[in-house]
Amino acid sequence: MGAVRRGLGAFGRFWLDFLVGDTPELFVATLVVIAVAFALAGLHVASVIIVPAVAVLALVWSALRGRVKSSA
Amino acid sequence: MHTTSTWVLVLAVFGASAVEMVEALTIVLAAGTSRGWRSALEGAATAVVVLGVLVLAVGVPLIRYVPIDALRVIVGALLLTLGLNWLRKAWLRASGHKALHDEDKIYAETVAELSHDGPVNPKRDAVGFAVAFKGVFLEGTEVVLIVISLGASQGRLGLASLAALAAGVVVFSIGAVVAKQLSSVPENTIKLAVGIMLTSFGLFWVGEGAGVHWPGSDLFLLALVAVFALLSAWMIPVLRRSAPVADGAAA
Repeated sequence: MGAVRRGLGAFGRFWLDFLVGDTPELFVATLVVIAVAFALAGLHVASVIIVPAVAVLALVWSALRGRVKSSA
Repeated sequence: MHTTSTWVLVLAVFGASAVEMVEALTIVLAAGTSRGWRSALEGAATAVVVLGVLVLAVGVPLIRYVPIDALRVIVGALLLTLGLNWLRKAWLRASGHKALHDEDKIYAETVAELSHDGPVNPKRDAVGFAVAFKGVFLEGTEVVLIVISLGASQGRLGLASLAALAAGVVVFSIGAVVAKQLSSVPENTIKLAVGIMLTSFGLFWVGEGAGVHWPGSDLFLLALVAVFALLSAWMIPVLRRSAPVADGAAA
């Protein structure tokens, strides 16, 4: 039982580290991209522009945030 | 119509696998040099077999039992998360905000650590086996996720696995010929290219799964690749301007 619990804990930590790690903003950005894609799927031109734009903005913001951290 | 996505799939899996296998090779070489080659190679081979079983055990049921649109959103989200992280890290490394991966340093540290791990068993060294197994398995886990995600979303699990295996064979063959870790491989440049492809694939599949109609269908992948390549070409110099170390920009 203890081994199973440890295994599940390790499995959970792996996914948490993999998906969130030290950049939770990128994980949140992925969720926002999914939500925006579903919300705008019917609006063809808007979805084709806005879905990639959300990812671009999140990535640029996250990189600038990383720059500020390491420069500080 | 599917040629574009097939090429991007092969390039993305090959590149990701090559980068991770260079890192694994460093650990296997360190284990082989300090604890004996037999155990190190057995550990590495066992890890490759376990990773292969993982691809079959997770990938095949995903393709068979999960509805294609749900599968595309799930794997698209995974690829997007992974791709954005790789891209961010590659930008920060290329601009000098983050240290580049130093294979020489990792090799020296691993050899030094293993030298203190008791006497070497010439027949079968458990430490050498475990270190090589762990190195290949941990580096390979990310490759397995990419293989499963890209392979399952396009129903090309076999092709994705072959691309990953080919990269592993190429990296380990070159490593065996030159008999040292491949510190001169431009890891960050490959990581940047793979990050661009994973992010593009992730966005593409999330959109497809959600019902977005990309103009030109699969060809839109190339437009996404171009957007993130141009964005990288613009962002790296922008980030470099505020880099703490001026000469840390090579890669």
